Amino acid sequence: MAIDTRKCVGCSDCVVACQTENNVPVGFCRDWVVEVVDGTYPNVSIELRSERCNHCDNSPCVRCCPTGASHFEDGGIVLVEHNKCIGCGACIEACPYDARYSHPDGYVDKCTFCIHRVREGKNPACVSVCPTRCMHFGDLDDPNSEIVNILKNRKFKSLAPEAGTKPQIFYLV
Amino acid sequence: MHTRRNFIKISSIGIGATAITGGVVKWAVGSSSSQKLSGGIKSSPIWKKFPTYCEVCFWKCAGWDYVTEDGQIQKIIGNNDDPQCNGRLCPRGTGGVGMFSDPDRLKTPLIRVSKNGEQTYREASWDEALDFIAKKMKEIAEKHGPESMALFNHGSSGKYFTHLLNAYGSNNVAAPSFAQCRGPRDTGFDLTFGESVSSPEVTDIRDTRCLVLIGSHIGENMHNGQVQEMSEAIDKGAVIITVDPRLSTAASKSKYWMPIKPSTDIALLLAWIHVLIYDDIYNKEYVAKYAEGFNELKEHVKDYTPEWAYGITTLKPELIRNTAREMANAAPSVIIHPGRHTSWYGDDVQRSRAMAILNGLLGSWGNRGGIFFKEGFKIPEFPHPEYPKPAWSWQDTLNGRYQFAKEAVTNTIIEASIPEEGKEHIIKGWIVSGTNLVVSIPLKEQLMKAMQSLDLLVVVDTMPMEITGFADVVLPECTYLERYDDLRATAHREPTLALRMPAVEPLYETKPAWWISKQIGERLGLGAFYNYTDLKEVLDWQLKQVGLSLTEMERIGVKKFARKTPVYIEPGSDHQFKTASGKIQLCAHELEAAGFDPMPKYTAHAQPEDGFYRLIYGRAPMHTFSRTANNRNLVALMPENAVWVNPQVAELWGLKKDQYVWLKNQDGVISNFSVKVRVTERIRWDSVYIVHGFGHHHKPLTYAFGRGVNDTELITSIKIDPIMGGTGMRGNFVTFIKDKPKQEAKS
Ligand code: SF4
Ligand code: SF4
Ligand code: SF4
Repeated sequence: MAIDTRKCVGCSDCVVACQTENNVPVGFCRDWVVEVVDGTYPNVSIELRSERCNHCDNSPCVRCCPTGASHFEDGGIVLVEHNKCIGCGACIEACPYDARYSHPDGYVDKCTFCIHRVREGKNPACVSVCPTRCMHFGDLDDPNSEIVNILKNRKFKSLAPEAGTKPQIFYLV
Repeated sequence: MHTRRNFIKISSIGIGATAITGGVVKWAVGSSSSQKLSGGIKSSPIWKKFPTYCEVCFWKCAGWDYVTEDGQIQKIIGNNDDPQCNGRLCPRGTGGVGMFSDPDRLKTPLIRVSKNGEQTYREASWDEALDFIAKKMKEIAEKHGPESMALFNHGSSGKYFTHLLNAYGSNNVAAPSFAQCRGPRDTGFDLTFGESVSSPEVTDIRDTRCLVLIGSHIGENMHNGQVQEMSEAIDKGAVIITVDPRLSTAASKSKYWMPIKPSTDIALLLAWIHVLIYDDIYNKEYVAKYAEGFNELKEHVKDYTPEWAYGITTLKPELIRNTAREMANAAPSVIIHPGRHTSWYGDDVQRSRAMAILNGLLGSWGNRGGIFFKEGFKIPEFPHPEYPKPAWSWQDTLNGRYQFAKEAVTNTIIEASIPEEGKEHIIKGWIVSGTNLVVSIPLKEQLMKAMQSLDLLVVVDTMPMEITGFADVVLPECTYLERYDDLRATAHREPTLALRMPAVEPLYETKPAWWISKQIGERLGLGAFYNYTDLKEVLDWQLKQVGLSLTEMERIGVKKFARKTPVYIEPGSDHQFKTASGKIQLCAHELEAAGFDPMPKYTAHAQPEDGFYRLIYGRAPMHTFSRTANNRNLVALMPENAVWVNPQVAELWGLKKDQYVWLKNQDGVISNFSVKVRVTERIRWDSVYIVHGFGHHHKPLTYAFGRGVNDTELITSIKIDPIMGGTGMRGNFVTFIKDKPKQEAKS
């Protein structure tokens, strides 16, 4: 997934859409918006970005899960199998992005990249609702995909690369 | 163990992550759909979908309500065919279901009664409530005439009550959206081009090469189509110039942020006009062909140099020149955006005129990337007898004031409701539909006086907003998700129709406004004006007149029509503007004849005294005015507002981030509640900023009660625009109270 910080207006539509799409209980969220202010008046800049699970290639949450509930699904999506999850919270501690939360029903929940939609050929809910169209989702293995093209042509960064998790969300800057 | 993460993580750290340039990281999304789905992940179920258009704000995006097998509204998704939203609703629209599921909704009709000497409400049946209203309305008409009934409205429901009042014999119908909001802009553009920019605005943002925003904070005001188009313009490399004392979201995406000293915008606009004319970079061909009054304008702005403006606006002359050149380079694909909420300082029509004049000089109206010509689709009106002619109307109460008001001015209807010796026209009854007047109208004292003097005050709403506490009768309306409504006929790039139909049955005892209007009408003997049993008949009849049907619209939700007229001025055509002379009025003699300046002048406005800061207010993308502060699907995104304070000011006052303070204005009014401090470099040191719509003091709004502060209670100094009656609200100054003020200090 690639997210264009030049276009995001921080409206949080992605948050609301995720909640209604995925029945996220009120008061919790799988994605959220961050505002970073830099500089001093009048030379100030801000970056707005929508954050969620980075579906890391080298994911500490999967590694530390004692039951195997946290696992890689096809295509590298990191998922939590709710039935297997005992809610111990080890993964919440391990995630450098604070992307997971304890669901009131006793398991840990987080972004699934809307795998149920992706399998039907649709975009994730957050991507499909974003009014500024600043989010792009696609197949990084397909050299002709829109996302590969975008990443070839734009500067991007990822979050906390020093954690060595190989995050799979790229922020266009 | 249940950690509750902060909902929105606002951090003020520097950029932490490093940028990696280029390169593709290998990773793939599997496409095999035969794989077993893992626990907790369901595939999309088959839901029923019903067309609607959103009512959370006035943009009215068309969408689909998805309803589950057990009758729950699961989600609302934009309609791909709707050019107003392109399949994407904004956060408020996406969370619109919270209006339906709000536990605090009005549930039954309520009638005010006196119990042991105390005023209270008791639940009433619809019949009882409607009979009561009809009886009172008849009494008012007998004593004073039907003209003494007035309506304040906002949103789709207003139409039905307008029809009721018109049928009864009154056209005293007003909406805060004129005098408290877009009125100055509409008047200023109308005086220049012969028409205004409509809603949704006819700004060609997606194809513009230069967008100039004067205090308009697109992105924080989530006017969906405009936000989408601004994003498209960013992609295409448009230059954005934002004039705002605050680094708004739009300002942060701009090539030029001009942090102007608030209240001095006209000086900047005049300097820009000066540069365009005296540097000879205005659109000469266009001006010669379509405008008149150029020589007067040239003479008028002779001395308004960037150096002159520098001393007033604090903006460097070089910056003023450079930005003027950017506009000229992009012309005619340039938009000086007219804004929307424009009632600021009392000379707002003149400021809007200056903006319109700039558009005229650059040739933007009628050109690609500027301002386009709208085209709508006419839906025939359902037949009804002719409305009786009222003996008087709101215009007759003006006594020569506000000559250029094309819509009723709320404040003058309020004035007309205050009894005074020898007053010729008096208003005795109000219906208030979908507008929380107590929060949307400044001039509290007048408003309270007026409401105390009424014989009848009916409030129709879905929520127990503050205004309901003043009503004699409260009528619970069902939400937009539970009703049919009039067709949305939009005039824009493409003419479109959109349908709203119920996704679910109304909850509780709530009813749609069309039904309420009809019930009252019939009780007043106006049955002939309601010649149908269900609004569906009206819609079907209207649609059949244009070759469509209700069944068809229920299936498609949105119907687009091909345009018949050009979007832009066609090359070589002799375009006539809608002014009397057919030309753009750079110098408005019409204004002169009425005793006003024919061209805008800069007037100095009051500045804050020591220790006070100008109160600026605005919008947040997840809230609409004061009406979403209780919506549980949205509140977690922004539960309360915060007062933005420059770090230097914070240091001076010893204010810490997230500390709660009270605000006191220049007239000694102290905010009802305290407000969180946000220390930020994003604002000038002479101003503070809060998002409008918080600080509800009505207990029945169980979530919103007491969260944040209400800007309008601190807006007690109002500068009325003499041209059209707009209430300028930006001339208020506040200071901080760090310790809890005495109870009696609270208003
Ligand atoms: S919906 Fe899009 S613009 Fe809005 S906050 Fe999310 S990413 Fe940003
Ligand atoms: S991909 Fe789906 S689950 Fe993940 S944040 Fe977006 S909407 Fe939520
Ligand atoms: S802009 Fe948002 S709130 Fe307004 S009508 Fe559209 S979806 Fe609804």
